[in-house]
Amino acid sequence: MSSLDAMYQELILDHARHPHGKGLAPTFDGESFQVNPTCGDRIRVRVSLGDPAVGRAAGGDLAVGWPVVADLTWDGQGCSISQASASMMGDLVRGKDLSEAAALGEAFGELMRSRGRGIDPDLADRLGDAVALEGVSRYPMRIKCALLGWMALKDAVARAATGDASPARIPEGI
Amino acid sequence: MTASPALSDQELAAIRSDFPVLGRRGEDGRPLVYLDSGATSQRPRVVMDAMRDFAENHNAAVHRGAHTLAGEATEAFEDARAAVARFVGASPGELVFASGTTGAMNLLTAALGAASEGRGQGLGRRFAILPGERIVVTQAEHHSNLVPWQELAARTGAELAWLRVGADGRLRLDDLPAVINSRTRLLAFTHASNVTGAITDVGAVVAAARQIGALTVLDAAQSAPHLAVDLAALGVDFAAFSAHKMLGPNGIGALYGRAELLEALPPGFTGGSMVEIVTMREATFLPPPNRFEAGTQAVTEAIGWAAAVGYLAHLGMGRVEAHERALTARLLSGLAELPGVRVLGPAEAAGRLGAVSVDLDGVHPHDAGQYLDAQGIAVRVGHHCAQPVHRALGVHSSTRASLGLYNTAAEVDRFVAALGQVRDYFGAGL
Ligand SMILES: Cc1ncc(COP(=O)(O)O)c(C=O)c1O
Repeated sequence: MSSLDAMYQELILDHARHPHGKGLAPTFDGESFQVNPTCGDRIRVRVSLGDPAVGRAAGGDLAVGWPVVADLTWDGQGCSISQASASMMGDLVRGKDLSEAAALGEAFGELMRSRGRGIDPDLADRLGDAVALEGVSRYPMRIKCALLGWMALKDAVARAATGDASPARIPEGI
Repeated sequence: MTASPALSDQELAAIRSDFPVLGRRGEDGRPLVYLDSGATSQRPRVVMDAMRDFAENHNAAVHRGAHTLAGEATEAFEDARAAVARFVGASPGELVFASGTTGAMNLLTAALGAASEGRGQGLGRRFAILPGERIVVTQAEHHSNLVPWQELAARTGAELAWLRVGADGRLRLDDLPAVINSRTRLLAFTHASNVTGAITDVGAVVAAARQIGALTVLDAAQSAPHLAVDLAALGVDFAAFSAHKMLGPNGIGALYGRAELLEALPPGFTGGSMVEIVTMREATFLPPPNRFEAGTQAVTEAIGWAAAVGYLAHLGMGRVEAHERALTARLLSGLAELPGVRVLGPAEAAGRLGAVSVDLDGVHPHDAGQYLDAQGIAVRVGHHCAQPVHRALGVHSSTRASLGLYNTAAEVDRFVAALGQVRDYFGAGL
């Protein structure tokens, strides 16, 4: 398989053509708008947080926990890599608590920086469909595309925490 | 002017051998097809050689110091200024070195801002832009000739108005009467769009500006590399262009200003090398062009740029233009055959340059660019630093092939063939 085919696996093109979670929910706790400066591609991500998933951690301490990503929706314009990545990201983090979501973000970041050398198989396992984006790591110019949604997620969660739900004004117009 | 003949195959082969990077191979082992000269052009060996010779034998600070090297460096720097000025129909005193087109535009807006704040005494007053006056730009501009004017308008309280771009990618010159009124002080516009390739009828804009005494500022970043440009004959007041798009190095460009205007304009950037007498409270400034060249200049790059214009002048810009126009025509007719490919800009080679941007139905430019890169074809994808013109043409971004004098018909054909496969690869239109 050529590097190009490795990057554009069928799974990725499928997600890009039929993205999951695309279309913004009207209510949310945190929102972020991110732009890829190279191409002007943009994404808006909205997260709704739910109460800590009490008792979900096997045999864990039931009293404390992180809020859970109850819903993640997004909308945006972008290449197949950015669209597929956002779609896979939503699938991955919905229902996870914020600490797990952040860890997945870190793992995905590591995958993107791996320059095609691969990452720890256990880590890779946890990334679900998103591991198919490994081929992007051979193309430094495209890593930003794959990370765009993840950057927005991180920022949206931070905004939810500070209560400053929406990003600064975005210029509209011709 | 009689049309110059295009380059022969032999001449083209000789030219290509002057550009070392054209010997590179793509990922697939085939020779690199470089179709991104609109972003930055490749450099012939004479440019690298001139810069190396200067660094090895003559490097010194210019306009200061009295030793032999300093004298040689100063002479080489001023010779370079004269060579670049001559290339665009200007006199040396009208050519201010800057870091590029963007640097030149900011140099100019900083100077106009200073004049608007009362600097420049009596002479500078003619440049003051007052609240409620108008600065006119166009929808076709590169951000480099748009954002500095937005900022100047915000600083001065001036209002911004613009000429629109029509569906054919050309400037709507029929907007001129509507955007020009008695309060219009300045029109900044591009000679050729880096997205649509459309060449502006400079004479029409200059004539409209003159009727009301407004200044004209021409972005010649795309025209200077591909057309014979005579700024004096065009009649614009100011112009800017970059070395790195015309076979020269990065980090240098120029602001052209008519002598009489530069004479009266106060400096926007100040510091060393642009002053006469400095006391603790104030300073007097040198005459142009040095008044506008604060700080140590990009001397080695100036030397390289002079070699680049020497190379272009030797070929003759008429022939460069004829060669590129023939390739552009071939490119446009090839693209016209491809389903799902829309050219953003004039469909005919006349009145346009070889920067050809396309919208591919169902494929994002980044994906298209990646596919082409895997075939060893370098194009630019994205908004090319010109978001408004994309918006005007109803797209977000595009895939652009931009020709240089070293491109061949075979390269154009390889690009067209590869582009024809892109939509299939990504399953568009299935
Ligand atoms: C039409 C036009 N204007 C201005 C610029 C800016 O030039 P530079 O980046 O050299 O300052 C460019 C190219 O980037 C251009 O194509």
